[in-house]
Amino acid sequence: MRTFRMGGVHPADKKISKDAAIEKLPLPKTVYISMGQHLGAPAEPCVAVGDKVKVGQLIANATGFVSAPVHSSVSGTVKAIETVKDLAGKPSKAVVIDVEGDEWMEDIDRSQDIVREIKLEKKEIVDRIKACGVVGLGGATFPTNVKLSPPPTATPTCVIINGAECEPYLTSDYRVMMEMPEQVLIGGTILMKALGVDKCYIGIEENKPEAIKKLSALAPHYKGVEIVPLKKKYPQGGEKQLIDAVIRKRVPSMGLPVDTGAVVQNVGTAFAVYEAVQKNKPLFEGIMTVTGDCLENQRNFLHRVGTPLSFIMEYSGGVPEKASKIISGGPMMGKAVVNIDAPTLKGTSSILYLTEDQTKRKAESNCIRCGKCVSACPMGLEPYLLNKLGRASLMDELEQHHVYDCIECGCCSFTCPAFIPLLDTIRQSKAAVMKIMKSRPKK
Amino acid sequence: MNTLIVSPSPHVHGKESTRRIMGDVIIALLPAVLVSIWFFGLSAIHLVCVSVLACVVLEYLIQKFLLKGKSTVGDLSAVVTGVLLALNLPVCSPWWLILIGALVAIGIAKMTFGGLGQNLFNPALVARVVLLVSFPVLMTGTAFHAPESGYLFGNSDFASTAMDAMSGATPLGFVKEQLAKGVAMEEIMATPGLSYTQLLFANMGGSAGELSAIALVLGFIYLLCRRVIKPWISLSILATVFVFAGALYLGNSSRYLDPVFHILNGGLLLGAFFMATDYVTSPMTTKGQVIFGIGIGVITVLIRTFGAYPEGVSFAILIMNATVPLLNKFQPKRFAEEAQKK
Repeated sequence: MRTFRMGGVHPADKKISKDAAIEKLPLPKTVYISMGQHLGAPAEPCVAVGDKVKVGQLIANATGFVSAPVHSSVSGTVKAIETVKDLAGKPSKAVVIDVEGDEWMEDIDRSQDIVREIKLEKKEIVDRIKACGVVGLGGATFPTNVKLSPPPTATPTCVIINGAECEPYLTSDYRVMMEMPEQVLIGGTILMKALGVDKCYIGIEENKPEAIKKLSALAPHYKGVEIVPLKKKYPQGGEKQLIDAVIRKRVPSMGLPVDTGAVVQNVGTAFAVYEAVQKNKPLFEGIMTVTGDCLENQRNFLHRVGTPLSFIMEYSGGVPEKASKIISGGPMMGKAVVNIDAPTLKGTSSILYLTEDQTKRKAESNCIRCGKCVSACPMGLEPYLLNKLGRASLMDELEQHHVYDCIECGCCSFTCPAFIPLLDTIRQSKAAVMKIMKSRPKK
Repeated sequence: MNTLIVSPSPHVHGKESTRRIMGDVIIALLPAVLVSIWFFGLSAIHLVCVSVLACVVLEYLIQKFLLKGKSTVGDLSAVVTGVLLALNLPVCSPWWLILIGALVAIGIAKMTFGGLGQNLFNPALVARVVLLVSFPVLMTGTAFHAPESGYLFGNSDFASTAMDAMSGATPLGFVKEQLAKGVAMEEIMATPGLSYTQLLFANMGGSAGELSAIALVLGFIYLLCRRVIKPWISLSILATVFVFAGALYLGNSSRYLDPVFHILNGGLLLGAFFMATDYVTSPMTTKGQVIFGIGIGVITVLIRTFGAYPEGVSFAILIMNATVPLLNKFQPKRFAEEAQKK
C-alpha cells in the first residue's frame, strides 16, 4: 500500500464522529459572511445595507487573480457591512445579513437528482468554478480556478483527489465520500476535463475501508478514475505528501505542485465543483464535524457559511464542561478558537473540543538529541537545529537549512520527548525568512 | 463558562517523553543486570544499587546546590547512567571505586556541560575510562575473580571452572597475553572457558554487563521494538568489526582472533547496543550514524589487535563521540532536494 516516503507520525485516529450522518443545521437569525474566506485578496462587497438578497446571490466580487467571489448563504436583508473578528480574533470585513425565510436563486438546481452528463466545455467549467467562488476545502482555501489554470511552463498530467483526511477526529470528508460518492466521482471527472487530462486518482487512507469500498465499486463507471488506498500516516493529506504517495513525484523546493503534473483537490472541493458545474450552485454551504471525546453527541453538519460558531455549539449541546480548548480544524494543524462568536467560513471543517489532559502543554526540558524530530519531518528538515537557530534569530543559517520548506504540519512538536514547542519557533522563523527572501530584488 | 486555552498547533502531543524513553532503556538493561545478579548474587546487587544511588543523589545535589536549577532526576537519565556505569565495572568493585565513577560520570562528564543533552561524551564511558587508567589493577585482571562471599544461587561449579581457566584476566586480555608469549591462536582457543556457548550465555570474564550476549541482545531487541533507537549505529559497528577482524583472521588465523570471538567479547555488544546508541552523544542522521558506527568498529579492532589495551570499545566510542558535532553536519535527505536534481 502506498504512502509518502519521508517522515510522518501516527497520532491516535479518534474518528469518533464517523458514523454520524450529515444533518442540515437550522438557519441562525443572522449570518456574518466574511470577505476573507480564501487565500489571497479579500472580496469587495457589491451589495448595500438594506438590500434584499436571496440564497446564492453574489454579494462580493473577487479583487484579484488569487481571490474568490462570495455569495449569500441565506435570504434576507443586508443589515450592515462591518468588521467582525474571525475565530483567531483577527478582524475582517463581513456582510451581515438578517435571515428572512429561505428563498433560493431560481437558477440553482435544487433537485436531488445526480447529473452525470458534463455539458460544459473546458473553459466554461473553469469560469463557472470561478464565478461560484469555489475554493480548496482541504484547509488552505486556495481558489480552485487558479489551480485549474496552471502556468504555461507546467503540463498537468493528472488530478489527485485528497480523501486522506489524515487529521485525527475530522470526518467531514469521510461523510462526503460515504453520502455523495457519485458526486465526488463526477467532480473528479469535471476536474479532468477542465485540465485536459485523462487520469484522476482518489487517495483514501486505509482507516476508511467503507469509503474505499464504496468509491471502488462506483469508480469503474467513470473513465480514468482510480481509487488509491493509502497507508495511514500523518500528514498524508499535505499536498506534497499526497503527490509523493500517489504518483511518487516530489514538488521542488519553492515550486508549484503542478510542476509534478499533479493538481490536487480535496474531496469536499470535488463535491463543490460538482455542485457548481452541474447544479449551478455557488459555494455557500459546507460540511463540518462537531466532535471531541468530552462531547456527548458526535455530529456532522451541513452549515451555511457565516453561521456563528456559538450558534453551532449551542445547537449541538453546548460547550462540554470538560472542554478547555476549542479547535477549528484538526488537532494537528487546526486553529485554537479565541472568539466563539466568529462565523463559519467556506473552509471551516470542524469544531473540536479537547480537554485539558489532551491538550495542555507540558513544561519543556532539555533536548536529548534523540533525532526523533528529524525522523518525523516529512520535508527532511532538522527541526531541532531550526529551533536552535530560530531562538538565536540566525536568519542566514535558517535559510541555509531550508526553513522555508517547512509545511507546518507539527510532526516535530508532536513527537518531541522533551516537549519542546519546535513548530512555534520554526513557524515564526519561516515567516521572517520568507519576508527577507521576498524583499530581495528578483534576478 | 470554561476558561479556554489558546495556543498554536499542534494541539496534541504523542506519547513520547524523556522519562518514558529512559524507562525503556532501564527495562532493556534488566536482562543484563539479572544475569549478573544470577551469577554474582549480592555483589552484583551491591554494585548496581550503589552506582544508581550515587548517580541520582549526585545529580540532585549538583542541580540543587551548584547549578541552582529545577531538579532533573525525574527524567530517569541519572538512573540510566547509574545502571550503565555498574555494567561497565567489575562486579566486586569496592564502594569507593563506584563512587568515584559516579562522580566522574555525573559530576564531570554530564553536569559540567549543562546536564542531560549537553554532554559531548558518554558519561558512563568517561567514568569507566578514568577508572581504567587510574586503577588498572582493580579494573582488570584479578578484579574479575569471584567474590569471597561465594555465589548466591549455587552455580559455583560451572562458574569457578570458567574462572580458573581465565586465571583472572578477561578473555581478550588472556588471548593477548598468550599471543605475546608466542602461543599460536589455535592452541589458545582450545583453553576451556573460551567456548562460544559460554560466551553467549555467560562469559565469565569481564565487566558486570558483559556476562551474557543473549541478555544484551534481548535488551537491544526490546529497544528496537519500542522504537527507542534505530539499529544503524549498532549494526554498522558489528558489521565493521566482523569484516575488519574477519579480514585479519583470513590473512593469518594463527595470529589474529576470529571475528565472532571479537563480537562476543570485551563489551562490544554492550557498547554497540547501549553505549554508542546514547542519543546525546551520537549523530542525528542515518548517514552520520553509519559513519559513526564504522568509526567505532575500526578503532575497536585497531586497539584490540595492535594497541596496548586488550579491549578498545570504550576508547573507540569516546573518540567517535568527539566527531559527533562534525557528523551532524550531514543533513538528512530533503524532501524537495531530489525533485530539483531530477
